[in-house]
Amino acid sequence: MKTASPEIALAAPAPESWRERHASSIRQSRLYWRTYRRNVSAMVGLVLVVIFLLLSLIGPWIVPYPADATGAVHMAEKLLPPSSAHWFGTDEVGNDILTRVLIGTRLSLEIAIIITGVATIVGVPLGILAGYSGGWTREIIMRVTDVCLSVPALVLAIAIVAALGIGIVNAIVALSLVWWPGYVRLVESKTLSLKGEAYVDAARLAGASTARILFSHILPNCLSPILVKASMDMGMAILAAAALGFIGLGAQPPTPEWGAMISIGRNYLPTWWWYATFPGLAIYLTVLGFNLMGDGLRDVFDPKSRGR
Amino acid sequence: MALFIGKRMAFLVVMLFGLLIITFLISHVAPGDPASLAAGPDAPPEMVEHIRHEFGLDRPLPVQLGLYVMGILHGNLGQSVRTGHSVLQDLGDFFPATFELVTVSMLIAVVLGIPLGMLSALKQNSWFDHAARIASVSGVAVPMFWLGLMLQLGFALYLGWLPLSGRLGIMSAPPDPVTHLYLIDSLLAGQWDVFKDALAHIILPAVSLCFPALASIIRVNRAEMIEALGQDYIVNARAQGIGTFRTVAIYALKNAFLPTLAMIGLRYGWMLGGTVLVETVFDWPGIGLYATQSAIAQDFQPIMGVTLLIGVNFMVANLLVDLAYLWLDPRTRQAA
Repeated sequence: MKTASPEIALAAPAPESWRERHASSIRQSRLYWRTYRRNVSAMVGLVLVVIFLLLSLIGPWIVPYPADATGAVHMAEKLLPPSSAHWFGTDEVGNDILTRVLIGTRLSLEIAIIITGVATIVGVPLGILAGYSGGWTREIIMRVTDVCLSVPALVLAIAIVAALGIGIVNAIVALSLVWWPGYVRLVESKTLSLKGEAYVDAARLAGASTARILFSHILPNCLSPILVKASMDMGMAILAAAALGFIGLGAQPPTPEWGAMISIGRNYLPTWWWYATFPGLAIYLTVLGFNLMGDGLRDVFDPKSRGR
Repeated sequence: MALFIGKRMAFLVVMLFGLLIITFLISHVAPGDPASLAAGPDAPPEMVEHIRHEFGLDRPLPVQLGLYVMGILHGNLGQSVRTGHSVLQDLGDFFPATFELVTVSMLIAVVLGIPLGMLSALKQNSWFDHAARIASVSGVAVPMFWLGLMLQLGFALYLGWLPLSGRLGIMSAPPDPVTHLYLIDSLLAGQWDVFKDALAHIILPAVSLCFPALASIIRVNRAEMIEALGQDYIVNARAQGIGTFRTVAIYALKNAFLPTLAMIGLRYGWMLGGTVLVETVFDWPGIGLYATQSAIAQDFQPIMGVTLLIGVNFMVANLLVDLAYLWLDPRTRQAA
């Protein structure tokens, strides 16, 4: 176990290098990577995720028409079909759709990271607490979770946005507020099963405090399912944010948000088909990437699920 | 068994109360003034004050919660500023359309998903299995509203095979309302043309809506079939010379079906959430379109009504699944 390393470090005469101290974790990660690499669909997912992450980082510097992301107007170039000058065509005010889709990548990924991040920060501690403490604490946390999970996240988010007011910030707040229950349920069941393990009992007998048991014995062993879920949820959060944008409750034009772009682009179907098509493709490929990656991670961490 | 059902009902009541607390928190505690939310965006100040007093919004929170719960138990879900009707009446008008859409969509997902999951399990790791897996991952990843638009573009605007949107064409009058489901009412009235028109209208939205459920059903059914096919009784059945179809489609599927059924119950609730998007794309006059149009118009009460209705539906669907488990699986019956 990783937790044994401090004792070994004390016993060793000379201070070891970082590589030596973490030899077992490094070996484990190498094994994980070898398993992951063999899975074609997981690698496709990883490549897609890396591409979109890179685009979100360097997007502002590589887009062909940077001014178009912030709502420039070129009426002479409106609704042009895809061409070598405008790969994805232009929209109703002559903005380059490729530029807006690329800039939108960063926005979508930022939103997804915030939503997934808040959900883990809120959900994981509650889940560990519920699973470890049992009794009334568990009852209350789990019942609240059940109730929250009984309304689809999107519907609850719409209700919250309606109360707070339309706009992208409120959409992010609403989605963050409704996203955590899934983590509580996941971590609670994992904690329940870990609680009975011999090494947890051993730690308790050795006089470890509850906080220490939770954070250095139980939490590290919950990390892999959390990572799998977080990867999947990055995709789901992108979909949900785009959905709010599409309905008109999230990002407002001219913000280059994918869902909001499709919402306007649908009025220009079928003649100006490219307007709604390309932002949708971008959503699909990003979400597909995160889902395939999550699937691949699950196969690596949980060999029993492999091929399922 | 009676005890189990009793406990399950008590649990349902607790959950419903929890749901009411959530909608109460959103509508009464959220920053922003609940009275002006209820009155709508353009209401004069006197009217806001009137509503504040009438709804007891100037009283302590626990009292407000009591008033709120009592009001809802008496069927008072508020008024829609946009339609001018009570929310309860609007929900009654719009829910059948949503129910019809979700039911047809779920039928498509089940009818396609179970055989596809079965075949994937039988031909594990074949090209068919991989294709089904890619299709089901894609089905979850594709934005439902965009898929709807692309289907409209292809099948309605380009090919012209199916109508673009709505529940019926302008040439058809709605059939006499019996169940308020056009597909059934038109058959009851013997109006074959109306039935065909309603069917043509429901295909594209139902297909757009079905993909996440279809993907889950394929996945669960495949995994459960692989598990069931490895059991001794299947080996035994094969050794006795019972045909492949009978072994797989009857013996194995029977055991793989229960987890699939649980997934169907879970997905029904999520599908209701998806109607918000699909109904917006296809102008389908259900509660999803009602919710989005109300949200855009900042008409607050209808959204809370839709949230409650969807939550109640989800809870009832799960209750029905639990009861179906009891009925279908003798082992759970004994345990209960």
